Amino acid sequence: MLKTFPKGGVHPHENKFSAGKSIETIELPKQVSIPVSQHLGAPAQPVVNKGDEVKVGQLIAKSAGFISANIHSSVSGKVSKIEKILDSTGYKQTAIIIDVEGDEWLPEIDRSTELVEDIEKFTAEEIRAKVAEAGIVGLGGATFPTNVKISIPQGKVCENLIINAVECEPYLTSDHQLMLEKSDEIIVGARLLQKAAGAKKIYIGIENNKPDAIELMKKKAAKYQYIEVVALKVKYPQGGEKQLIKAVVNREVPSGGLPVDVGCVVQNVGTAYAVYEAVQKNKPLIERVVTVTGKSVSKPSNFLVRIGTPVSNLIEKAGGLPEDTGKIVNGGPMMGKAVKDLSIPVTKGTSGILIIKSDEAKRPKTYNCIRCARCVFVCPMGLEPYLIKNMATVGMYEELQNERVLDCMECGSCSYGCPAGVPLLDYIRLGKTNLNKILRSKKS
Amino acid sequence: MDIILNTLITLSLLGAVLAVILYVVAQKFKVYEDPRIDVVEALTPGANCGGCGLPGCRGFAEACVKAETLDGLFCPAGGNETMKKIAEALGLTTVEAEPKVAVVRCNGTHEKRNKTTYYDGPSSCAIEHSLYMGDTDCAYGCLGLGDCVAKCTFDAMYMDKESGLPMIDENKCTACGACVKACPRKIIELRNKGKKNRRIYVSCVNHDKGADARRACGAACIACNKCVKTCPYEAIVIENFCAYIDFEKCKLCRKCVAECPTGAILEVNFPPRKEKVENAEETAVS
Repeated sequence: MLKTFPKGGVHPHENKFSAGKSIETIELPKQVSIPVSQHLGAPAQPVVNKGDEVKVGQLIAKSAGFISANIHSSVSGKVSKIEKILDSTGYKQTAIIIDVEGDEWLPEIDRSTELVEDIEKFTAEEIRAKVAEAGIVGLGGATFPTNVKISIPQGKVCENLIINAVECEPYLTSDHQLMLEKSDEIIVGARLLQKAAGAKKIYIGIENNKPDAIELMKKKAAKYQYIEVVALKVKYPQGGEKQLIKAVVNREVPSGGLPVDVGCVVQNVGTAYAVYEAVQKNKPLIERVVTVTGKSVSKPSNFLVRIGTPVSNLIEKAGGLPEDTGKIVNGGPMMGKAVKDLSIPVTKGTSGILIIKSDEAKRPKTYNCIRCARCVFVCPMGLEPYLIKNMATVGMYEELQNERVLDCMECGSCSYGCPAGVPLLDYIRLGKTNLNKILRSKKS
Repeated sequence: MDIILNTLITLSLLGAVLAVILYVVAQKFKVYEDPRIDVVEALTPGANCGGCGLPGCRGFAEACVKAETLDGLFCPAGGNETMKKIAEALGLTTVEAEPKVAVVRCNGTHEKRNKTTYYDGPSSCAIEHSLYMGDTDCAYGCLGLGDCVAKCTFDAMYMDKESGLPMIDENKCTACGACVKACPRKIIELRNKGKKNRRIYVSCVNHDKGADARRACGAACIACNKCVKTCPYEAIVIENFCAYIDFEKCKLCRKCVAECPTGAILEVNFPPRKEKVENAEETAVS
């Protein structure tokens, strides 16, 4: 019997059209726009000015605060301007716009593909410093700064490092393909993370719909006794931190707590690879793997893209925008957000671009709640979405807090499962935002 | 016979004992309530709109009775008349406040602001605002789903189907501020009602540069500075690429309205323009 998390969950159609398509490198665009806020926390502070010459890998915006991340130039060229551009939701945010000239890298970056396995030359402290310097954030999509996550607070112990290779979002295959092509590097990256966090054991959690990846990772991990590859039953949202911990080591993160409270740290495979590159090759986070896919896309693909490349370039490369496109989603179909404009850049958190046909793009018609409790049944956090929705609508914030609305991770299982088509998640998110606002104002 | 007698005696005794206990408890835990609170509450409109910032009309009455002066306490729904009565009842004085009215600072009608995407989520401005910039290219203007109308206790607002914007009935609006709080984009403002109900205001709140704003909406403030230069009273300031008219300084001369190239400055309740030029001069002189 394969392991999985016990509470809730749904089974959306997998539709992994781009599975097995090898990672293609996208040619450099003429211009990149690199937002200064690509992570959770405070936006980075630009350290370059208009007209400055930059090289690939050069620091262009400095981390501003404890929870923040450095931003590096992904191309070489001249900074043409620093101005506000549209982000994927249509609101404006500051970005550094660079005109590309050539492809000149900083000399300290090792561009060879040779595997560097030796991790003994670095102390945990040095690894954390290098990860922070390289601006690495969680590449699964939540973009939480990695160095903060692997700095274990005093009094807490991290026993298990869990590498999240679940990729439970339908359509997306970037992590899967990365595992197939860079398995050795991922293992080294995981060992580096383990050393930095002081963990005893590494688990690599992979869903059972990727048998080739499971087999390969098992083979590569065989020589290390402390690495275990765990095959998991396919269920969404297994890639959620708390679900994965429950599935792999059978521990439950308390409400409002962090994984480290139960001795675990979870990192995405993409992050492990980025950590390998940052520590062993001195390469900051300037590119990532992005899946471009959809039922109507003529060439669903996995691309290695420099941060800041316009999304339109990727779609062009995947065979152009199909005529009957109804919606373009940044991320997967369950948690991704619809994109307003195709000029938006690829950021550190862009795991996929999904193109949805017009007949599938519209939301279902909303009927009244039929009290079937399907939302309660599928909620992986054990919440009562129908109740939270009603409370959020009328503004019962104290009760919302008691109902643990802040535990909601916005996986969308409730909206997906609702037979009456009620957009539960939208209301829950509204309640969460308002409650957070109240809690913040109470604090100050 | 005995049974009836015994029952009567027992029950009467029991009743007497319990009555004494109840009386003692009532005396011991008596809560004194100032009788003036009831008097003041009766004077308030009783709409419980929350416009005073206190929990309902009872809360307002309690605050009034407790307070030594009525400074800072004002019932927008009842207005100056109610405040005068409350002051009389409490033997205090109140300062007459300028009556206010809510204005919608967005003029992006369907005609002037094209829809560029299709929104099919829940019909709530707050949710649409949290999801994305909205179905037009303006990230600051009215979303048109009527969160403000739903919050109005006085039936003073409605959505205008033709323009897609909320309309305010100034005779019914009490400036309680419920709509101001409900709007996720903060486009509704409480402004002085003005002499003869005449008002001039900039009907736009965008912070985009002129060219971007103009592209998104035909009625946007493009921060061209013309109104600032025209205003003889220095009542207009431009901040973050958007003009704002200070209603305390504005003398309603209407010169800025004619200057605005996009028609973002609106005049309300003025007679037609030709006569107005003379009137404006008179106002300016006086």
